Amino acid sequence: MNAVIVSNIIKRYGTKKAPVSALQGISFQVDKGEIFGIIGPDGAGKTSLFRILTTLLLADGGTATVDGFDIVKDYKTIRERVGYMPGRFSLYQDLTVKENLDFFATIFNTSIEENYDLVKDIYSQIEPFKNRRAGKLSGGMKQKLALSCALIHRPSVLFLDEPTTGVDAVSRKEFWEMLKRLKEQGITILVSTPYMDEAGLCDRVALLQSGKILSINTPQGVVNEFGKTLFAVKSNDMLHLLNDLKQNEDIEDAYPFGEYHHVIMKHGGENELKDYLRQTGRQYEMKEVRPDIEDCFIALMKN
Amino acid sequence: MNNDKVITADQLTKRFGDFTAVDAISFDVHKGEIFGFLGANGAGKTTAMRMLSGLSLPTSGKATVAGFDVYRQNEKIKQNIGYMSQKFSLYEDLTVKENIRFYAGIYGKSDKFIKEKTVFILKHLHLESETNKLVRSLPLGWKQKLAFSVAIFHEPQIVFLDEPTGGVDPVTRREFWNMIYEAAESGITVFVTTHYMDEAEYCSRISIMVDGRIDALDTPQQLKKTFNAASMDEVFLKLARKATRGE
Repeated sequence: MNAVIVSNIIKRYGTKKAPVSALQGISFQVDKGEIFGIIGPDGAGKTSLFRILTTLLLADGGTATVDGFDIVKDYKTIRERVGYMPGRFSLYQDLTVKENLDFFATIFNTSIEENYDLVKDIYSQIEPFKNRRAGKLSGGMKQKLALSCALIHRPSVLFLDEPTTGVDAVSRKEFWEMLKRLKEQGITILVSTPYMDEAGLCDRVALLQSGKILSINTPQGVVNEFGKTLFAVKSNDMLHLLNDLKQNEDIEDAYPFGEYHHVIMKHGGENELKDYLRQTGRQYEMKEVRPDIEDCFIALMKN
Repeated sequence: MNNDKVITADQLTKRFGDFTAVDAISFDVHKGEIFGFLGANGAGKTTAMRMLSGLSLPTSGKATVAGFDVYRQNEKIKQNIGYMSQKFSLYEDLTVKENIRFYAGIYGKSDKFIKEKTVFILKHLHLESETNKLVRSLPLGWKQKLAFSVAIFHEPQIVFLDEPTGGVDPVTRREFWNMIYEAAESGITVFVTTHYMDEAEYCSRISIMVDGRIDALDTPQQLKKTFNAASMDEVFLKLARKATRGE
């Protein structure tokens, strides 16, 4: 059985005269025990989608089930079965760490003791500060407390809306390691992120842009769909190299990518590109590279 | 070489009670450089930036920004820098044109200057048809590009960018960096923080803060060599993992 089934979900905001389409007919399915990533920039529709699936917002069209229950008809049952960590820190700032966790456990008719095994890995990291008010915690600790609170009632599906936004590279890596261990406990995880490099850590991803899904696949599958040869080029003057590359009509696209520029050819391949670079008279270094998710996202956005 | 330094910091320190947020950092930034200011959350980046932009007085140490002293001439500093962050940049309930007029007015620019430059900027950004629209209605990517143009509208010597591209799509993120390059070419010094490690590669030099200190400062190429790392991501992780304090 699928943990989540979404069919043709539509959400609009704004007025009748000036409607804003947040979700334009989104469909996908998430398997039980999967880490499913919704990858997309701000404004793509990630939060609207999560709020609809957690029954906090009504869709304007389409249907969806979570853990087999309908998001409209069975909203009460769904609320008992899902954990939700919103993008904005939403715990009680003036309650202590332990009071917050106790509070969420009590709402769901359970106790910290009953489900301690599930949150132990995460909660034990902030337990030394259990008497500190939540508002006084660091960003990384707040994130861990919010995750503990979203887990304390042993949800079957966990929704994490941009848990790593604004978090530095070290804390991001740690967070994803925690998610992997939760997956091993059989929890289905839907996680959204604007960071393309996190896609590789999901079992499957949906790339979301302007309320539409560009692609749904395993990270490897997304990369395989790229279908073109990608070259990486660098020189000692990257800015002018890019201008040169953009002027060549045989080049379909060229854009900065870390220390290299990535280049996709319209016509020809390695030899043609080499010839052109030689003509510009620049010293350069060139190699063929495997595209990553960000290359795929850029290509899909431009199509 | 010495007189092209637009930022100098010498043993710059900020303490809050017994907590040393910024611990005797020293560095120079040269005219036209794109200076990447990296560090884990809580490393002291924001505090350092606040001192350099004249918003917070140091506890000790020396610093000059655009030739002005951070202790005595912080108002002068504010007039000679631009600032933009992801969190705060433009007024959502003012139009595109009103935002430009407002910021340029704050910096005391003449009506003629504002008028001429507004036309130029809107054309450059392809925003001519949106001039009288509320900023709220613009897509995030456009907002960020407009915010950057507004931050350098008064032609400051230095612009401070605090995570300007957070959450922006990969295509717009690159367009934004193109604007940063253009600004740097025109002689504006760019001081930028980011969590995207590929963007660190676009900087002329990078400093990485750990626990209030600058633990590394060099070109991206040299940093990778020094730390025997394949990418800036790896350099950052090697350094940031040593951190002992949280945020």
